[in-house]
Order: sequence, then C-alpha cells, then structure tokens
Amino acid sequence: MKQARNSDWLFHTYMVIFLLYMLVPLVIMGGAAFNDQRFPSILPWKGFTLRWFGELFADTRMWTAFLNTLLVAVAVVVISVPIGTAGAILINSLGGKSRSVVYALMVAPILTPGAVIGISTLLFWNTFGVGAGLHLSVLGQVSFIASFVMLLVLARLQSFDRGLEEAALDLGASHGQVMRRILLPHLYPAIGAGAAIGFFQSIENFNVTLFTRGTYDTLTVYVFSKVRSGITPTINALALILIAFTLVCAVAYEVNRRRSVRRAAMLGRVG
Amino acid sequence: MKDLINRYGTGLTVLFVGLTAFWLIVLVILPNIYLFENSFRPYLPVVDMGGPKDFYSFDNYLKFFESPIHIRVFFGTILYSSIVTVICFVIAYPVAYYLAKVASLSMVPTIFLLLFIPMWVSEVLRSFAWFIILSFNGPLNLTLLGLGVIEDKIRWMTGFRSVMIGLVYTYVLFMLFPVYNAVQSLDTNQIEASEDLGAPWWRTHWRVILPHCKPGIASGSVMVFMLSAGSILVPTLLASTNSRWFTEIIQQWMFESQDWNTGSAYAFLLLILCTVFVSAVMGLFKVKLSDIAK
Repeated sequence: MKQARNSDWLFHTYMVIFLLYMLVPLVIMGGAAFNDQRFPSILPWKGFTLRWFGELFADTRMWTAFLNTLLVAVAVVVISVPIGTAGAILINSLGGKSRSVVYALMVAPILTPGAVIGISTLLFWNTFGVGAGLHLSVLGQVSFIASFVMLLVLARLQSFDRGLEEAALDLGASHGQVMRRILLPHLYPAIGAGAAIGFFQSIENFNVTLFTRGTYDTLTVYVFSKVRSGITPTINALALILIAFTLVCAVAYEVNRRRSVRRAAMLGRVG
Repeated sequence: MKDLINRYGTGLTVLFVGLTAFWLIVLVILPNIYLFENSFRPYLPVVDMGGPKDFYSFDNYLKFFESPIHIRVFFGTILYSSIVTVICFVIAYPVAYYLAKVASLSMVPTIFLLLFIPMWVSEVLRSFAWFIILSFNGPLNLTLLGLGVIEDKIRWMTGFRSVMIGLVYTYVLFMLFPVYNAVQSLDTNQIEASEDLGAPWWRTHWRVILPHCKPGIASGSVMVFMLSAGSILVPTLLASTNSRWFTEIIQQWMFESQDWNTGSAYAFLLLILCTVFVSAVMGLFKVKLSDIAK
C-alpha cells in the first residue's frame, strides 16, 4: 500500500504542469484553426470561422498528399510485418555470437538517423536506375519499421511454449499447420501492435521520405513546405483533424484495454 | 538453423531466412555500403562517370575538414543535442518516478493516454505548434505582455534557444517512457529499506533508484540524442540564420548543390557520430545493445 507523504502535492503539481506543457501547445495549434486571421495564432482572437477548413478541403495538393501517405503507410505495413515477424522467429532460434551480430544488424536501423537511411536508400537504388519516388520511401521506411515489428514479436516469442509445437508435430500436423494454427495465433497481438505502430510511424515519417520521395508529396512534406512558404491556418485545420484522429484512436485503445481488463477480472472471479 | 528446419520444415525456413536476408542485405547493409563508397567518389556529370576523372579520393571529406563553418555547425549540433538530452532527462525523471511510484494506480492509464496524444502527433506538427507559440506576435509574447512579465516583445527565434525548446518538447517523451519502465521495475521495498535506514530522499535516488535505472536512462539518452542530432524539421522550422544544424548542410548538398557524393560523405559523418555516441553510452552505462533497443 502506498502511503501519502508531504512531498506528494509537489509531485502532483509537477505532473499537472508537465501534462499542460505537453498538451497546451496542441490546443493552441488546434484553436488557431478557428481564428479569422491570416497568420495562425489564437491571440489576438479575431472571431470564429470555419473558412480554413473550407480552404483545406479545396486544396487538391493536400488530397494527393493524403492519398500518397495512406498508400505508403499501407505498403510499409504489408511489407514490414512479414519481414519483422520472420526476422524475430529466425533470431529466436539463433544463439551465441551469430545471434548478437544479427541482432545488432536488426536494431541498427532504429539507431540510424533518418537522413542517413534516406540518402543511402536513394543512392543504392539510383545505381540500378531506380529513380526517387514513393516506392523508395516505402523501402527506406521498411528498413527501420521492420525493426520495431521484430522487437515486438521477439518479446512475444519469449512467452511461447515450444511444447505445443512438438505436441502438434507428434500428432501428425504438417509444418504449415503448426505455423498457421499454433505459432501465428500466439503472435497475433504482437503482430497487430507492430502493424499499428508501423502505420503511425510511416504516416509521421519525414526524414526518410524527404530524401527518397522525388517529386511526390506526403502529408508531412506538404505541411513542411506550407510552413516554409507562407503559412495560413489551413495547416492548423489539418493539424486539428489529425489530432482528433489520434485522440479517437487513443480513446478506442483505452476503452478496449479497460474492457479486456474487466473481462479478465470477471473471468478470475468466476474461475 | 537446424532447429528451425525441425520445427517449421524446409519451406518455411527458407521463407524466414529469405525475408530476413532481403531486409538486412538489400535494405540495410548494401545501401550503407553504397553510401560509404559514393562518399569517396567525385561529383561528376553522367558522361564522366566511370571515366578517368572517376576515382576514389578523400576530397568530399576534405570539404568538411577545410570548412570552419561546417566544423563549427557539426560540433554545435553535438553540443546542443547533448544539452537537449540532459534537459529531457531532468524534466522526465520526476515524471517517470511519479508515474511509477507515487501516482495512484487508477490514474496512471489516464495520464498515459494523455501523453500518447502528443506522442502520436507527428513531429512536423509538434514543431509547427512551437513555431506559432514562439513567433514574434505569437501567444507567448502576447500572454507575457498581458501579464506584465515583460515590457517588450521578445524575439524567441534567435540562436539555438528556439531549436532547443522545440527539440525538448518533441523528444522528451522518448526519454520518459524508457526511464519510466526502468523505475517501475524497481522493487518499492528497496526504496523503503533505504528510507528506513535513514537515507535522505536525494541519497535514495542517487544510490538506489538511479543506478537501477541505468538501462532506461541509456536507452532514453540514445534515442533523444540521435533524434535531435538527426532532426531536420525542428531546426528548419525554428532556427534563425545564425543557428544552423548539421542536417541542414546535408540537405544543402543534396538538394541545392545536387552533389550527392559530398552529401553522402556528410551523411556518413552523421552516422559515425551516432555510432560513436551509442558506443560511448553503452560503455559509460555498462549496458548491452539489447538493453537500449527495446
């Protein structure tokens, strides 16, 4: 049992300040989307307007960027999830020296600056006559997003009971069946988390995309170029929509988590 | 390998190995080798490629070492990224400790939910938020003026001040989460034992909690430093003319000069910097790579 202490109010205050520090900038950014003023700011308040949303929806370049972003994100998830999962299963069966070497190679992309990944991908494929474009952005992003998937799946594999596989094989299951019916179902939560994280990472990605995109826009690149070349609150309108989307995902995740906690608690009571 | 074949058969093993090999060789190793190789070659028009002028030299790297400005920017990037890393730790540690050991268990998920929002909002928007806040006629100046704290508007975006403000805001959560995990894994009894034995609060932190958190601190520091030094968005949006970041120079070579060879030499220097930093942290904190990348 935690006991209350005198210093607790200090911590509570600090926590509140930290949360404000994290959230108020986003509120300011979102609020500016409704301010009837050309330069995005919430102060001075010139009146409520929705016209920035109208301008945003009328911007065809934004819609192209939006579709490109989705396309890249889906492609990245589709490629990096199998790769990361295969990598995790493979490294889980390795031991000793080879394990640490392969492991280092697998996590290295996470610790490599995005600019380096972007430039090296661009140079490599360019040597073979493959020009810059969204396909290179996908490959560059896969190289480090697969690492995240690998780490998640590897962590899940630690709790896997090998005896189940052996039992299935002894009972005459084929290797494909063992994989499909025993190993993969155990890994699904990690694979799902990997896909979600990969999707978000890809949408957010800027550094790798900047060097590999060629002339294509993604949302981050679009926002970036807008901020540099004369901003209007349309960017704030876009930001607000993206934050709202994040918020919905976060709340859905939390509701889902609480429901499963409650279900587990109820099962515990019954059992 | 034999183990894999026994468990999943030859077909699936080939699939696993094939996918992993594609990832590690085609997407990771070869591009970096090409980056390295290209950084030693001159920037030539297409017709001269493979011709007599196309030979290996250190010219691209000499461009760096002969330019005092670039060297200064390089070390400036290291210095300010290190400061950002330290500030992030100072800000995040009390929060991590609070969440792990002080806050009531029912509150923690809600707080995490609130923290996930800025975490999943993209970097470009997080720096854009500060671009608005710090602008000359922005909310920060107007609020401070209104409160009477300052008499004249402050030009926030000069020097590295605004870059550091932006970087700390953008990356502090990458410090918070690993440190939180580390504090959380410490048995609360150890803290109580230390207090029962009469240690003042700071000694409990210094001798019990912090040593236990070393892997978390190492992991957070590596992430924050690497992301800061490699950041393109924050310095470009929040920097002024007198504060340049190393990635901006890489961008100049790549896009303005279209000199990809010198660009790759500079990118390689950035890669070396990050490798050295990761190794240094691993040595200093005596942790393994698997502790850092989790």
